[in-house]
Amino acid sequence: MTIDPAYILALYVVAVVLFILSLRFMSDVKTSRWGGRSAALGMALGVVATLLAYQIQRVDLLVGAILIGFVVGTPIALRVATTALPQRTAISQAFGSLAVALVGAAEFYDYNTTANTFTLSVLSAEMILGFLTFAGSCIAFAKLQELIPGRPFVYPGKNFVSIAILIVAAAVGVVLVAEPSQTILLPIMAALALVFGFLLVMGIGGADMPTVIAILNAYTGMSAAALGFVLNNKLLIVAGSLDGSSGFVLALIMSQAMNRSFTNVLFGGVGAKVTKAAAGAVAAQARPVQSLGASDVATILENARSVVIVPGYGMAVAQAQHTIKEVGDLLQEKGIDVKYGIHPVAGRMPGHMNVLLAEANVPYDQLWEMEKINPMFPETDVAIVVGANDVTNPAARTKSDSPLYGMPIMNVDKAKTVIFIKRSMSPGFSGSDNELFYLPNTWMVFGDAKKVLSDLVAALKAT
Amino acid sequence: MLLELVAANATATAPTAITYTSQDLVTNLLIFIMSTFLGVELIRHVTRLLHTPLMALTNAISSVSMIAALIVMSETTDQTLLILATAGVALASTNIISGFILVERIVRLFKSKPKGKPAK
Repeated sequence: MTIDPAYILALYVVAVVLFILSLRFMSDVKTSRWGGRSAALGMALGVVATLLAYQIQRVDLLVGAILIGFVVGTPIALRVATTALPQRTAISQAFGSLAVALVGAAEFYDYNTTANTFTLSVLSAEMILGFLTFAGSCIAFAKLQELIPGRPFVYPGKNFVSIAILIVAAAVGVVLVAEPSQTILLPIMAALALVFGFLLVMGIGGADMPTVIAILNAYTGMSAAALGFVLNNKLLIVAGSLDGSSGFVLALIMSQAMNRSFTNVLFGGVGAKVTKAAAGAVAAQARPVQSLGASDVATILENARSVVIVPGYGMAVAQAQHTIKEVGDLLQEKGIDVKYGIHPVAGRMPGHMNVLLAEANVPYDQLWEMEKINPMFPETDVAIVVGANDVTNPAARTKSDSPLYGMPIMNVDKAKTVIFIKRSMSPGFSGSDNELFYLPNTWMVFGDAKKVLSDLVAALKAT
Repeated sequence: MLLELVAANATATAPTAITYTSQDLVTNLLIFIMSTFLGVELIRHVTRLLHTPLMALTNAISSVSMIAALIVMSETTDQTLLILATAGVALASTNIISGFILVERIVRLFKSKPKGKPAK
């Protein structure tokens, strides 16, 4: 069977167009349903075109591998809870990067005697990237799943050791390119890349995971594009670089929302000093705060005309999104205007809060981005903070010695009244004490977010 | 140029040297640079509401590396390499399948304000 290569290329072109359209469709919720579908169609066309162009002898292996994909992939996608999406993203990145790393290795063994220096260099770089992303994604998964502590693992000279390992890995790669027959160097290089990826993500704290998984996403895309260069396959280059730029843009948005640079996120080890700062917070606990019970909160809310709810990762941990929606609905029934204000880095992955609230049937036009909601806080009667902390800390605006200084925050302190639902007085991830707690217009409600909100629902229903 | 390459590879059974001219390289670089810029523009316009499904989507798209694995599968006769490439296909297809199902699942969660009847 011979197929005119022009048809194959035509299919590739259609696949590329579908990939581009799929990202375009994600610009609006209304068109977003076509995003996944068009990319899936593009992928199917790309795979079919490749199978037509390159005849695979071992059809049994091919069918088996794709069956594994269906058997493993379908239940993962259907069963994962929305609260666990960050972990799912991390583990699937591990899968994707291991795939590119293994394919890169296979190609290296396949071509090492025939390929030119350029191809071999790209392959070596691609393998380093693939293996480090694999190790990094596994650690990100372990941290998000709380198999290991989320706190950054730091020791003196951490960055020096990490960078040194990466340099050695690159050096081994250079030797490998110069002497491709020394294939024994390949596993050594891979192992060094794995160690670097392991150390890199071990040194990053749980709350920085939105940025980390975005960067790892970019690396997987870059690796796929590199494979495209090696195989002279345009579809791989386009899809890989679209993915690569997507990861970098998301990482940039995340780190800008924390007023930090990429380098600081990757090597800063923010959150490691928690013990020291927490000691300061204990001392600060002596400062008086005002606390309330659920029934008093219900009274305050009933007298409000506008309410903004600010959720954070704590809401996801307490699985409180449905109860929040119940509170919001009850308030709306009483004629109160309810909005949800979402900080860009709330949660453990970009956009996480939006998905959780959407799952609880909050209409997406009630979800407000930080930049749009902030000017409205002065006219807001009550701001309810649920499971968020650092992103509401006014120290980010006022205290230049705070680790949060300069970070854009939700200006909840400008609201007439702030209700802060929190388990205890413990500081946020940054280790800084939240100035908001001590403001005269702040009322703390201590307890598990879901419990407090359920009490609030009962109190609101009672009136 | 590429037409010949695809044709050459289509009939190949043994590992072949990749015929890679400097012109190919320049074309590929051009494609790479332009799609990177296009990607930046596209992603900048993605609403923040949808950053989570976007990550699921790009994750699935990055598993386009399955195509590379398929090409290796078709070209190699070596057992080890065949296993590596098959593992690559299995991993990438897992990602593709779970990624696209997940995107569909997440975007369906987003509903607009109920008009007339309550959202269910």
